[in-house]
Amino acid sequence: MSLLEVSDLRKHFPIRTGVLKRTTGWVYAVDGVSFDVEKGETMGLVGESGGGKSTVGRALLRLTPATGGNVTFEGINVMKASRGEMQKLRSDMQIVFQDPYASLNPRMRVRDIVGEGLVIHDVGTDAERKKRVAELMDIVGLSPEQAERYPHEFSGGQRQRIGIARALALNPKLIILDEPVSALDVSIRAQVLNLLEDLQDEFDLTYVFVSHDLSVVKHISDRVAVMYLGKLVEISDSAVLYDFPQHPYTEALLSAVPIPDPQTERSRKRIMLEGDVPSPADPPKGCVFHPRCPRAQEICTTAMPRHVPTPGADAGERHEVACYFPARFKDGQRFVADEPFRDALPEDQA
Amino acid sequence: MAKWDSVKPERDLYGSNLTETPTVDARRTEEVVEETVETGAKPLGLWADTWRRLKRNKLALVGLGIIIVFLSIGVVETAFYQAHLHIRSSSDTRANSHVAGYLAPYDPNEVNYALSPQGVGSPPSWKHPFGTDFLGRDVLSRVLIATRIAMLVGIIAVAIALTLGLLLGPISGYYGGAIDSVIMRIADIFFAFPYILFVLLIMSVLGQGFQNVFIAIGVLGWASFARIVRGQILSVKSMEYVEAARAQGAGDVRIIFRHVLPNSMAPVYVAVAMAIGGAIVTEAALSYLGIGVQPPESSWGLMIAESVQYLASGNWWWLLFPSLALTTTVFGFISFGNGLRDATDPKLKE
Amino acid sequence: MADHLLDVKDLSTYFFTHAGVVKAVNGVSFTLERNETIGIVGESGSGKTVAAMSLLGLIPDPPGKVVGGTLMLDQRDLRTLSDEEMRAVRGNDIAMIFQDPMTSLNPVMKVGKQVAEAIVLHQKKSNSEARRMAIAALARVGIPDAPRRAEQYPFEFSGGMRQRVMIAMAVSSNPDVLIADEPTTALDVTIQAQIIDVIREMQFEFNSGVILITHDLGVIAEIADKVMVMYGGRTVEYAPIDEIFYNAHHPYTWGLLSSLPRLDASKKVRLTPIEGQPPNLLFLPEGCPFVGRCPHELPQCRGEWPAEETVAPAHGVHCWIPVDQRLALRAELPHFKEPAA
Repeated sequence: MSLLEVSDLRKHFPIRTGVLKRTTGWVYAVDGVSFDVEKGETMGLVGESGGGKSTVGRALLRLTPATGGNVTFEGINVMKASRGEMQKLRSDMQIVFQDPYASLNPRMRVRDIVGEGLVIHDVGTDAERKKRVAELMDIVGLSPEQAERYPHEFSGGQRQRIGIARALALNPKLIILDEPVSALDVSIRAQVLNLLEDLQDEFDLTYVFVSHDLSVVKHISDRVAVMYLGKLVEISDSAVLYDFPQHPYTEALLSAVPIPDPQTERSRKRIMLEGDVPSPADPPKGCVFHPRCPRAQEICTTAMPRHVPTPGADAGERHEVACYFPARFKDGQRFVADEPFRDALPEDQA
Repeated sequence: MAKWDSVKPERDLYGSNLTETPTVDARRTEEVVEETVETGAKPLGLWADTWRRLKRNKLALVGLGIIIVFLSIGVVETAFYQAHLHIRSSSDTRANSHVAGYLAPYDPNEVNYALSPQGVGSPPSWKHPFGTDFLGRDVLSRVLIATRIAMLVGIIAVAIALTLGLLLGPISGYYGGAIDSVIMRIADIFFAFPYILFVLLIMSVLGQGFQNVFIAIGVLGWASFARIVRGQILSVKSMEYVEAARAQGAGDVRIIFRHVLPNSMAPVYVAVAMAIGGAIVTEAALSYLGIGVQPPESSWGLMIAESVQYLASGNWWWLLFPSLALTTTVFGFISFGNGLRDATDPKLKE
Repeated sequence: MADHLLDVKDLSTYFFTHAGVVKAVNGVSFTLERNETIGIVGESGSGKTVAAMSLLGLIPDPPGKVVGGTLMLDQRDLRTLSDEEMRAVRGNDIAMIFQDPMTSLNPVMKVGKQVAEAIVLHQKKSNSEARRMAIAALARVGIPDAPRRAEQYPFEFSGGMRQRVMIAMAVSSNPDVLIADEPTTALDVTIQAQIIDVIREMQFEFNSGVILITHDLGVIAEIADKVMVMYGGRTVEYAPIDEIFYNAHHPYTWGLLSSLPRLDASKKVRLTPIEGQPPNLLFLPEGCPFVGRCPHELPQCRGEWPAEETVAPAHGVHCWIPVDQRLALRAELPHFKEPAA
């Protein structure tokens, strides 16, 4: 059993218009997402805006109620957990937010922010809590004396450390990291990424790392799940992602990221995607990527391909893709088959 | 993106490519400049920061000065009033004794026809700097004693309004849905009704007398406070630190009192300053109409009403001095309120 | 070497705040030619945006003021121009693209009209002429179906399309210098690539010089010809593109390069961050602003700002560490990539 199992997770937001606030449509923010996360690993969730990755993070913690699907943490169904079970889950599953400014209450002292979970869950005496906060400050690389200060007295990187300390307070098993370094400067970003890696080793943490930044996700993750318009299109071992992408969207995404190396940049060929990401309120029929896909064929307009494991040792184990025409790798050669990938066909056609 | 207004504020919905990936300097250039300036500044507490900006607003400081002066007069005169009552009730033999206030040079109710030769008062002189009225009462003393009523109305009426607003506004904003609709529709009704007419209506139910003036103005004022608090709460409750608290397992009560309310109050303080000014004007208007403070009690509105009857005889000083006191006080509260708003709103900064 | 398109010498811009003087830009010099792209790299508070706004004369005064230096654009010192002349320069000679295309467009005015207004303002064209030119400009930056799109409002445009509109407005007057301040930071990565392409095309079409301000060394590697690395209001290193990436001499530049997670790394390497926090601009030391975070600090670093040392053609660095020692230190860096043969 995996630590976290997500199956067919869906989150649709109603679009309400008019004076009567009638629901006139739906935004398919997350639409049928399934993946497992093993204990101790880091699952990267990457995609562009409108991809639904942040919504997945929040739905996992039930911070936003999901429309459908199941999330199971250590065998407990998060979607249907009772009040008591949920309290327990809250201490096991934590979250670190993107914005180091908006995620800390400006009117609370850092000690109260970091220690709030301990108070809520009634852990220890005042003195023990104080000691724990000091310990947490130390763990994230801040001095315990700084706990007496208010958030605005800290820089962005330090605030993100405070957010991490808060998430660690209750000894969680899983932490959702929602764009935790996107708002930070390059040099500070590296500090926080290293801290996250150290904490994972030290406390045996499991991470779901949500980010738009492919370089960061690849760096920190063991596996990477690529989202597009509310769907998972590819899950890959991060070690082979750059060299063996199978889904055309992953390929385009990888090729669009500029590499900080002028010689590499001059020799690279860029796959330019035409147009913009369509609206998740009106996703394309068939495969959601087909209007922008350079490999799209007739069949791609009929139904969304199933998300299935792909064969081929080169592409790594546990490699999954939702594409009728995934890139294949054999003996170092890349090729795309003319015939649609049988496993990805809808059940009635396969 | 008007049609998305009703969609919950999710970071990764269509059309928000812009908001998904901000870095620390993902802001407009003016703000970058501001940040450059601000990062240089030693961080101050939120109140210290507000005070620093307020200090630079001369008009607001003048307003604050006016408020302090009139409040002090009000306090001293109230103290005198209590003592005065005591004397009157404790010994009937001294009922006719003339009691000057601590600040007022004469007994404000002392009738002295000698000072009103033709029954139209006497103009300002060294002994009576503001002149005397048709009964020969010292206008300065009356203006001073009336300050007490003005301050009481301002503070008590607004306190009533604020209490109601702070009770209903948060309920409306935090829970939303049907409760919100009901409370806000009632507020709309209060807004839609002509204000003075509404006060008249309430006064006709409660009866005359200045205690009822407080109640009428207070009861009517709740709607604007409730609206302000509700609006604030709507924006604060979607902040990441509120979500973080929920992820820690915090319940509604904790979230409202620890996280939402403390961060929603700044505009309320501003509204309080403004509303006090408004309440004082309303009291004057009611007294002018003859349904507020009753003679021989003194109120600025009442004094203005009395003076107007004699305006033709050219007795400008009865009209001028109470009007001046009224305008100055209201100006004080409003300019201080304006200054406070500018100082607490970082967007209007500098 | 007098005939640069843009020649900035010793630019200093200070902000006089209630708490003290913030030296946002402190003695910065660079040049720009036609068809050349200079990348200004730095983190928040490094002064990169303030430097660009100083060029445009857009420093709010008070509290800011350009306190020193010369800004020569085609033989004219921008600092000596009147406000009115500066306004003409802003529209015609120097144009700027901002980071956030949403807040830079007027939400209640049709897109075509906004572009046309920019044209009328700076080129004295008739309204109908300007309208035609606006549609042409929109088409040129790759907005499909431009005549129809010109009739729409900004909210009907995606982030990438809005940024194209901003570029169309900026280049409508055929500027000599195009300043792009984090033009792609707010955009999705696949859209970023498109926008960078558009900027390149426009530069080629108008022979403009481009100043690209960014924190993203990837974008720099992609389009810059030379790079100025800023820290705490100072230029710490200034060099042609390959020199910055393969022959960097300043410890801050090394720090930036080794802080970056690399998409093309075949195995997982631990990042080497720059320790400490960004400097407080109010309390910058007299000497090098990088002291305190620099792992190789020397006593003299806190004393005086080092003069520029030329280590290769057109490659200047400000650092007190002797050059041979610098090279030895650099050789030990885990991430450092030696120049390709």
